[in-house]
Amino acid sequence: MVAVNTQKLFSVTLRVWRQAGPAQPGKFVEYPAKDLNPNMSFLEMLDVVNDELAAQGIEPIAFAHDCREGICGTCSCTINGKPHGPGKGVATCQTYMRSFSDGDTIVVEPFRARAFPVIKDLVIDRAAFDKIQQAGGFITARAGSAPEANALPIAKGDADLAMDAAQCIGCGACVAACKNASAMLFVSAKVSHLGLLPQGQAERDRRVLAMVNTMDALGFGSCTNQYECSAACPKLISHDFIARMNRDYVKASFRSAFKAAPANTSGGGA
Amino acid sequence: MATLNSKIPTGPLAEKWRKHKTEIKLVNPANKRKYEVIVVGAGLAGASAASSLADLGYKVKCFVFHDSPRRAHSIAAQGGINAAKNYQNDGDSVHRLFYDTLKGGDYRAREANVHRLAEVSVNIIDQCVAQGVPFAREYGGLLANRSFGGAQVSRTFYARGQTGQQLLLGAYSALSRTVGAGAVDLHTNSEMLDLVVVNGQAKGVIIRNLVTGVISRHSADAVILATGGYGNVFNLSTYARGSNTTAIWRAYKRGACMANPCYTQIHPTCIPVSGDYQSKLTLMSESLRNDGRIWAPKKSGDARTAADIPESDRDYFLERLYPSFGNLAPRDIASRAAKRVCDEGRGVGTTGLGVYLDFADAIGRLGEPAVRERYGNLFDIYHEITAENAYKAPMRIYPAVHYTMGGLWVDYNLMSNIPGLFVLGEANFSDHGANRLGASALMQGLADGYFVIPYTVGDYLAGQKSGSRPSTDGAEFKQAEDNVRGLSNRLLATKGKQPVSYFHKKLGKIIWDHCGMSRTKAGLESALQKIPALREEFNATVNVPGSAETLNQSLEKAGRVADFIELGELMCRDALTREESCGGHFREEHQEADGECKRDDQNFAHVAAWEYQGDSKSPLRNTEPLNYEFTKMSVRNYK
Repeated sequence: MVAVNTQKLFSVTLRVWRQAGPAQPGKFVEYPAKDLNPNMSFLEMLDVVNDELAAQGIEPIAFAHDCREGICGTCSCTINGKPHGPGKGVATCQTYMRSFSDGDTIVVEPFRARAFPVIKDLVIDRAAFDKIQQAGGFITARAGSAPEANALPIAKGDADLAMDAAQCIGCGACVAACKNASAMLFVSAKVSHLGLLPQGQAERDRRVLAMVNTMDALGFGSCTNQYECSAACPKLISHDFIARMNRDYVKASFRSAFKAAPANTSGGGA
Repeated sequence: MATLNSKIPTGPLAEKWRKHKTEIKLVNPANKRKYEVIVVGAGLAGASAASSLADLGYKVKCFVFHDSPRRAHSIAAQGGINAAKNYQNDGDSVHRLFYDTLKGGDYRAREANVHRLAEVSVNIIDQCVAQGVPFAREYGGLLANRSFGGAQVSRTFYARGQTGQQLLLGAYSALSRTVGAGAVDLHTNSEMLDLVVVNGQAKGVIIRNLVTGVISRHSADAVILATGGYGNVFNLSTYARGSNTTAIWRAYKRGACMANPCYTQIHPTCIPVSGDYQSKLTLMSESLRNDGRIWAPKKSGDARTAADIPESDRDYFLERLYPSFGNLAPRDIASRAAKRVCDEGRGVGTTGLGVYLDFADAIGRLGEPAVRERYGNLFDIYHEITAENAYKAPMRIYPAVHYTMGGLWVDYNLMSNIPGLFVLGEANFSDHGANRLGASALMQGLADGYFVIPYTVGDYLAGQKSGSRPSTDGAEFKQAEDNVRGLSNRLLATKGKQPVSYFHKKLGKIIWDHCGMSRTKAGLESALQKIPALREEFNATVNVPGSAETLNQSLEKAGRVADFIELGELMCRDALTREESCGGHFREEHQEADGECKRDDQNFAHVAAWEYQGDSKSPLRNTEPLNYEFTKMSVRNYK
């Protein structure tokens, strides 16, 4: 539980990672953040600091954000060493200044991982996540070809578990929290979401193989079962999905190794 | 004077779309790959359009300003998506969904468009389930539904309080599949800054890469804008901070008409404003009104806590005023009722701008675990923001800007008055009239992308010679690129004292005060004085640090706010000219004795489509009459 600061206005010192571009060296720079209201969000505090920096002729701190309600997955600050900051089950944008106290020094960095290079200051490049999805994170269903929705009943428990996995917001906190920069929680959430549903079965093997192989190729590390990922996850996605994906991966690997290749059934019609 | 031909097909209402699909032109499969289509935006409408067109065989280029298409703000929609499946056996039908939507929009939408939307709603649910969207289900494994405002049937499909997220991830997965297959060329971190019109037809866009600052030209056979709504003109709204009007505004300045810009939706149940540092307002889903009861103290200035106010001193004002719809009255009506209560001094919380949304009855009836199962994530969000426990004390809520019904004018084919420019989803004006019902935005975005544009874009392309795409070396491309560079350079060169946020806040306050929940002639006239002055001040004193050659968030914001200032002026002009009240557009001069909207069907049963005439001239107000062939325009009654 995060301490709740209810005092009126207060001040902190920010120790922020500044980096002008992907190829430039970065460093920590300290800035004061004064007269903060405890009900401000962490990002609103950065807005205020940025306007002050601009007024002093200093370039504002670049940081990624968009929806500011914890669902788009854009925000990506490591605050005092923890991806998304001190709260449990929240994104950076849902971190409020009431979690900090007068006189605190707050260290703010981008999510760190080899597969997430820094673009500028606190902004990182997470295109690797999209590449994993493009490799297999889908059920092929062209518009217009779908059967009647209720033709396929799905047990509530399966649907609920699929939804637990599907909640992933693709922020990358799991990768940033992992000492190996593994993306297993992210990938397993998508593999499990689709693999738990009957309509996901046709591509189940292809999907897990393609996504895991792409993940490995993009420079993410391996999982060593320490579960920092699920602890940092703003949606508290369970690491049980990693075990589920590992089972799927092993089964799919065996099946693909021993399965007879299908006869070539393509070719023109009459 | 723009030509506004709605191209509504002839014939009976329920036959129009079917008939139209069989009559419009097709592009044969081998020729489709010769046509290139640009899609700007990858929310529900853009992602579904891009993947569907790629599946058909067109070459598709998709541009998004986010770092990933999965970040589009469709992701934040909470409550659900409507569809006329009638799974609840409660009397729903395509006709009833059509009628509810048309009535909900206060008879200011086109009949034919709304009917088509209701027709394809059922296909959307099938499509989403096939993609693996994990909708809520009953124990028997069949799909569950809940109720939403403005309807007396349960037709809303949902995935906890994250329906928009799940639908967007479905559309994103389809887009990812087509990107992976090489059928869509996806450009992230890419913002459209101008539309290129060649020989009167939309043939390309100018893009700025937000990471590198590189400006590039792209030509195509058709351009589709699916760039969302413009509610951030108010600064404080439930929109994402990045949501903006730039793509559609710059298309407007290239000749596309902007229709009904004053139709904005103020959602009744949002977490109230707490301070002037605030950047964003957060919605509490309309679905909460299924079980939550909205009330305020009967006495003005009642300072007791909610728990200390006995039943006899509470006013459940929606239940009192609208007994047949109660807490599920449509959004515009519920918002105005809350505003009136607060204007009478009966508001709650430190600012007095709030009413209660109370779950005590539901918790008593269903138990806390059942309420948690239905709405747990919403209660969690409320707790994060306010540090209050809504299981123990009622939520405080107040209306906030949530959606814009206005947008670029489009015909039945979703094509604007610039041939070749199509506009989908919230960016167009087409289906919601003067007020959108809950759970209909997701429906419209996906209807447009999966089931309308795949047919109608072909009708346009079939008339274009394949391989006739203009070269990006042409004069029109050069002029558009120069325009974009000129705008950026002017912003960077001003080097004034005021941050962009100063202007955005000031603009937001002007629009909220004068073009918000309630509007007057005098107020709008004063806004039309204040906004040009604000624009002058912006041009003279804005401070945009940094350069154009790198990631520069100040520059991005400055360009967007400059467009919002111009759009805000047009909104006020539109609201001033529309001398009636309808849906979300409430003019105090035009109200019934009981405070309800007083429409003027004699003079205003039309779409107002504004046409740009140059920066120094007033825009031209074109009209498209709304001819109701099948429905009687009646007084909306939810009592």
